[in-house]
Amino acid sequence: MTAEVTTAPSAVEAPPAFPLSRSKCPLSPPPEYARLREEQSVSKVTLRVSGKQVWIVTRHDQVRQVLGSPDMSSNWKLPGYPLQVPLPPEVLETLELPLVAMDPPDHTVRRRALIPELTAKRMQALRPRIQEVTDQHITAMLAKGGPVDLIQELAVPVPSLVFCELIGVSGENVGFFRRYAEQMVNRDITPEEMGAAQYEMEMHLQGLVAAKTENPGDDVLSRVIAKNNETGELEHNDLVALARMLLFGGFDTTANIIGLGTVALLQNPEQLAQVKADPSLMPKAIEELFRYLSISDSATARVATKDIEIDGVLIRAGEGIIALNGSANRDDRFFDNPDALDIHREAKGHLAFGHGNHQCPGANLVRVELDVVFTTLFSRIPTLRLAAPVEELEFKHDQLIYGLYSLPVTW
Amino acid sequence: MRIRYDRERCVGSGACAFTLPDIFDQDEDDGRVLVLVERPGSERRKAVEDVAASCPVFALTVEDD
Ligand code: SF4
Repeated sequence: MTAEVTTAPSAVEAPPAFPLSRSKCPLSPPPEYARLREEQSVSKVTLRVSGKQVWIVTRHDQVRQVLGSPDMSSNWKLPGYPLQVPLPPEVLETLELPLVAMDPPDHTVRRRALIPELTAKRMQALRPRIQEVTDQHITAMLAKGGPVDLIQELAVPVPSLVFCELIGVSGENVGFFRRYAEQMVNRDITPEEMGAAQYEMEMHLQGLVAAKTENPGDDVLSRVIAKNNETGELEHNDLVALARMLLFGGFDTTANIIGLGTVALLQNPEQLAQVKADPSLMPKAIEELFRYLSISDSATARVATKDIEIDGVLIRAGEGIIALNGSANRDDRFFDNPDALDIHREAKGHLAFGHGNHQCPGANLVRVELDVVFTTLFSRIPTLRLAAPVEELEFKHDQLIYGLYSLPVTW
Repeated sequence: MRIRYDRERCVGSGACAFTLPDIFDQDEDDGRVLVLVERPGSERRKAVEDVAASCPVFALTVEDD
């Protein structure tokens, strides 16, 4: 028998279940990634959610190749697409796809309608308001006295309020969005309750877009709508899909990085002391946290539209592929000593926001939010510490976006 | 040195404008990159090259004059 035949997985043995399990160190990606990068950087896995077999790629250059390739589609409705959420086919069929699930040219049109609203300058202009919101919540935390749950007191409310202002949600509706955000980190919620909450949110977004079409305000959503009135490129449902994407991209992710980032910094007291002493180090430290934490590790999926070869392995048109940015961000071909958190490193080129056309359009908002939140948190509560051992914290091992369900802290 | 940029490729992630706001900006209309200083001093070379490496679509390149 040739070597080729013996190394191929046997027909009876199903590829390993995906997502792979994280190690005991909850801030590290699955240890199996390191072995795969060395031995089998393009390999097959079986999706836990559907039993489908799909490819994963684990090296930095491969993840970039997949996410940058015009022969890779993001369309959730293509049969081979590796969906990682349990969406019934009949729901998927009627779903208005979000920006992340579109290909050019539809994607290009919608993205260009949105990005002028999310430019670096506009995001920097939000800084004073983000500061105000952060200060209010930290003041409330201090008044309460520790221990408190940092997720509920700070990590969820700050990004959700910023999101509400960004898309122009005001008054009692803010309360609705906050409750929704809280429900999303509630693990005891049943699938029915979750479904009901999602439905209610959908109705809310529908109403919001309708209201802003009637009565535009001074916010991102209103401006996109107003501009669209001139060009007429997007329909009502496109606008709802945009609002929905801003919602899902905009607050849960930021909340998760605030939680995990706080743990990572507290676990590295010497580096934390340096940023406390010199807050100008913060932006670099945040970039390193993005790399190190890679919270959307396995969320970047594609389906091949043409046969493509990656490192000698043939991926056929129609086959699904997951580009593991969390593995790429720990690839020692690209980063020195990648498993260490090092706020002084050049984390440029990390793939935590994806790569290519779909790179997260909200990255600069998160950068500003984290800069304000971490700088304020550690300067106003310099003695902040965990109120429970790291091993006892509740990490979101069961979610597509990684984070913490709760984070008890005290001072 | 000279900065070359490809507006057709640019997806407006704004990584460049966020990191080096004195050199890069974004168009108000479509969010795509604007280069404010096409020939920054050579002391900025490393910073500009770092930003070019962070561009998700490799729309930025640094050339010698
Ligand atoms: S980093 Fe690249 S994609 Fe992003 S705005 Fe600059 S040139 Fe465009």
